Amino acid sequence: MRTLKFLLQKEFRQIFRDPSILRIIFVVPIIQLLVLPWAADYEIKNLKLSIIDHDRSTYSRQLISKITSTNYFLLEEYSDSFHDSEEEMEGGKVDIALEIPADFERDLVRDNEAPVFLAVNAVNGVKAGLGSAYLQSIIRDFNSEVRAKWIQMPRFSPELNIEVVTANWFNPSMNYKFFMVPGILAVLLTMVGASLSALNIVKEKEIGTIEQINVTPIRKHHFILGKLIPFWVLGLVILTIGLAIAWLAYGIVPLGSMLVIYAFSALYLLAVLGLGLLISTITHNQQQAMLISFFLIMVFVLLGGLYTSIDSMPGWARAITHFNPVAYFVEVIRMVVLKGSGFADIAPYMLIMFVFAITLNGWAIYSYKKRS
Amino acid sequence: MKPVVVDHITKTYSSKKDKVTALNDISFEVEEGELFGIIGPDGAGKTSLFRIIATLLVQDSGKATVEGLDSVKDYKEIRNILGYMPGRFSLYQDLTVEENLNFFATIFNTTVNENYDLIKDIYSQIEPFKKRRAGKLSGGMKQKLALSCALIHKPSVLLLDEPTTGVDAVSRKEFWEMLKKLKQQGITILVSTPYMDEAGLCDRIALVQNGEVLSLDTPQGIIDSFENPLLAVRSNDMLKLLKRLKSARGVDDAYPFGEYHHVVLQKNYNKDDLSDYLVKEEPGTEIISAQPNIEDCFMNLMKN
Repeated sequence: MRTLKFLLQKEFRQIFRDPSILRIIFVVPIIQLLVLPWAADYEIKNLKLSIIDHDRSTYSRQLISKITSTNYFLLEEYSDSFHDSEEEMEGGKVDIALEIPADFERDLVRDNEAPVFLAVNAVNGVKAGLGSAYLQSIIRDFNSEVRAKWIQMPRFSPELNIEVVTANWFNPSMNYKFFMVPGILAVLLTMVGASLSALNIVKEKEIGTIEQINVTPIRKHHFILGKLIPFWVLGLVILTIGLAIAWLAYGIVPLGSMLVIYAFSALYLLAVLGLGLLISTITHNQQQAMLISFFLIMVFVLLGGLYTSIDSMPGWARAITHFNPVAYFVEVIRMVVLKGSGFADIAPYMLIMFVFAITLNGWAIYSYKKRS
Repeated sequence: MKPVVVDHITKTYSSKKDKVTALNDISFEVEEGELFGIIGPDGAGKTSLFRIIATLLVQDSGKATVEGLDSVKDYKEIRNILGYMPGRFSLYQDLTVEENLNFFATIFNTTVNENYDLIKDIYSQIEPFKKRRAGKLSGGMKQKLALSCALIHKPSVLLLDEPTTGVDAVSRKEFWEMLKKLKQQGITILVSTPYMDEAGLCDRIALVQNGEVLSLDTPQGIIDSFENPLLAVRSNDMLKLLKRLKSARGVDDAYPFGEYHHVVLQKNYNKDDLSDYLVKEEPGTEIISAQPNIEDCFMNLMKN
């Protein structure tokens, strides 16, 4: 125990003497939490619209003003021919082109229907899909307004209509930040935890101090614990900072108990740090460790359900996420923050994380060789 | 029981393309309380040998023992009685002098006070800087700190891998003085160095080249075994002189040595044979008989 105490003392001293580590630990999470949630927003706004109005009638103007009065579309230009719009689209200046044919108003009044043409720049699939959906729903809306005006009273059996009313549970206002901030916090904890611990032992290898440690009778698990505990404490400090920012900047107060969040995070950090230490023991220099941990974190984050839903991934990708600690953490932290889940709800996740922690740390201790 | 026994150790490093033999069936024994020097150029296998004895590296074949303990089987026990100072400074540069010493004392389950008398002479020289970070020390002071840390658990065998490489002349001299004092305290010291002039300061030396022991004796013994006549030759045009010497009759070997060229003659030749030949061509040539030193012996052994 005395050895471990001194090992910890040494590690903490080294951490607090390294200004760059302190910056990484405190400043990076704060900046990321303040910046990322604003950018990682799924709503598509400011779509650049080009309108080719061949009709120039009352109706066409009404339609256009209806479209541009939302803040989803910016009227980039009126053009005279679709050809011009197409050129603009090729130049990336226009996202959607709407062509209104010459006899739009006449057809609408006389035949009860009139076609319009939509061309969407689909280079960014998400933007194209959502943009055209918005525009279509606006046009549909316009359509029903026109109908309401002309068909004043239903004479015979009125048209059946199903009105859909949606209630958003757990996040009534559908605020993306409520959903993203806990997830980003989970990723941050992963990034800082895994990369700091991955670089640590390998740094001792690089500067040669491990040689001096290895000739001592120090026990392997003492050495690994000495590396694990300081970063574990730092991880919990980062979590606290993150939760404070979520509350101060976004007004997010976890619905569930803080105790549940901390208990799961503590277990999760053990698993992530174990992964970092494992990387550290099997690599030979900091560059290798950095690249491997970057690769893994990248995969974990993209397959972690933070940006895209795991349920909509193909089967094989879903299978991979079962081995992804980040996916569990993102899910649990959202459950606790948004739904107020308690220990009983996350018990299976706790068990899985426990297995992760034991396996990864055990592996790290095993693969740390005091001799070559 | 000899403190250190190296018995037919072979170690090879293999990569995809080639196989390098670092140690080739090397054997020697170190006596109790001896200052034993492993002398050899870079790449001779000194560090590999030390790492095997220090239980950091496992040999391909052969056996090394420290105080009768096997370096492979009993490595845990060896780590308690062995002090090892790697060639590269490997203490924590971001910890202070005092913190480094305390840290290493603790992981050896001892305290600085317990063995202070052993390191007192050395540590007292750097004690004024004990609050300074190890990374900010000068080369000589780093060496002293590393030695203190290697001694803090009162090892019975001390391994020093090129302790004086990259250290100034004065610090080197001081360092060898310290080793002598440690020897008086009964610690067996194994030291490696590429500097031939340090060989004379050891009790016994092993000249090592390409993973093999070329010769093992006391420094005087090795010098005495140099049987050929040795001359020191100097003239105005040293380069031309060296070329001529190499082609001269009766010359075994000739190489630059300070401001002279050393010339090793074949056994049945003497100074006069050469001086006739040289002075005839260039009258200003100075030829004197020279005493061989370890470097001459090493050059001679390497050639044969």
